[in-house]
Amino acid sequence: MPVQYEGVGQEHLAVRSGCGVFDVSHMGEVETSGPGAAELLQRLLSNDVSKIDEGGAQYSVLCRDDGGVLDDLFTYRLSDERFLTVTNASNHERDLEWFRDHAGDFDCKVEDKLADWAMLAVQGPEARGIVEGLASGELPKRFRTAAIEVAGSGCLVCGTGYTGEDGVEVLCPPDHAQALWDALTDAGATPAGLGARDTLRMEVCFHLYGNDLSEDRNPIEAGLGWCCKEDTGFIGSEPIANARASGTHEKLAPFVLPERGIPRQGNPIVDVDGETVGAVTSGTHSPSLGFGIGMAYVRSDLTEPGTALEVDVRGKHRAARIESRPLYDPAKND
Amino acid sequence: MAAEESYPEELKYHAEHDWARIDGDTATFGITWYAQNSLGEVVFFEPPDVGATVSKDEVYAEVESVKAVSDVYAPLSGEVVEVNDAAGESPEVLNEDPYGDGWLAKVKISDPSEVDDLMDAATYKDSL
Repeated sequence: MPVQYEGVGQEHLAVRSGCGVFDVSHMGEVETSGPGAAELLQRLLSNDVSKIDEGGAQYSVLCRDDGGVLDDLFTYRLSDERFLTVTNASNHERDLEWFRDHAGDFDCKVEDKLADWAMLAVQGPEARGIVEGLASGELPKRFRTAAIEVAGSGCLVCGTGYTGEDGVEVLCPPDHAQALWDALTDAGATPAGLGARDTLRMEVCFHLYGNDLSEDRNPIEAGLGWCCKEDTGFIGSEPIANARASGTHEKLAPFVLPERGIPRQGNPIVDVDGETVGAVTSGTHSPSLGFGIGMAYVRSDLTEPGTALEVDVRGKHRAARIESRPLYDPAKND
Repeated sequence: MAAEESYPEELKYHAEHDWARIDGDTATFGITWYAQNSLGEVVFFEPPDVGATVSKDEVYAEVESVKAVSDVYAPLSGEVVEVNDAAGESPEVLNEDPYGDGWLAKVKISDPSEVDDLMDAATYKDSL
């Protein structure tokens, strides 16, 4: 996946106003199947896996014993005893090993499916219409999945994405990916690259593992407490329950630089007295808003929306303001 | 719209992809077509302060695209006498017209002999 095809800004706006297609085949897949599959996943994943019915999808984090985040993932329930979990490329091997290391006590099979699936994300207000025109059946709704033919071959279509727009992610056999890509672009989808994927997800405050999530952060401080159901007893649930109860020293907070400057990963966050109170984990120029935006781990008492702070952008202090999520709301701008 | 690739004959070029248009004891600075094309869509430029001293081969400003920050090097030494505030307001002009409306600063040259260290268009083009 290249950083850009024609330009980050125009690819970004194509997704916000029409339809973009991203080749995200680098994403990994792990299939867990068998009578004990749901039980294993309940032990590993932070969300309540028993709530995913057949054809359902659910977001969760994978945590260490101490609550540190190993990955953030979507899991699809393909059938009663068969689940497909989509991993971040850089974490795939570690995730797979983690799944296998813990599978021993459960009656299930863990399989590496990275090489079995290519993945195209088709996103934007026109995305569903474009995919529908190539599909053999009705597309799954948001957070649902269905096995249907797209452009003449069997695919797994999922009502998920990483842009905040409506759309689908299509998993297909790798030898079908080129034909599917061509069919989608012929039908009007704009090829979009990694650059636009990053600016789009930042506007809607979706986490990027390695930037906003890491083994050193727990899901509570990352703002992902909503996908942690500690009463299921998943690995890491105890320290996460403690963090939820006692609060965390820092929290991940979205912010804007409404005046000047573009925040970048690693820039210090400074309070009005010049004291460092956090650090930027993701930052960019927002093509939709026209100014600098980002997310930062900031001392928790300074994370109320409206709080005035500064970002030290290579020695220049830029006025910043904490905002609520999302920084840009596609639903209000269609 | 992005500009077509070009390297005007009348300009002098610095290896860090900057150009200077020399007019008596004043020089106008900007970044080359190659520089803006490598950066992609320029979304931020903050002009230096008028009155600031710039030194040849040293950074006097930054330009940013969505994906990267790039230092801008002074091709010559001198004092900034005028800056392009319009490019600060609409940085896309660096892509649209890198040798015209996309100029960055005008400098009163302090050492005219430095001009001899700069490249002509053909030499710069060969260096790319």
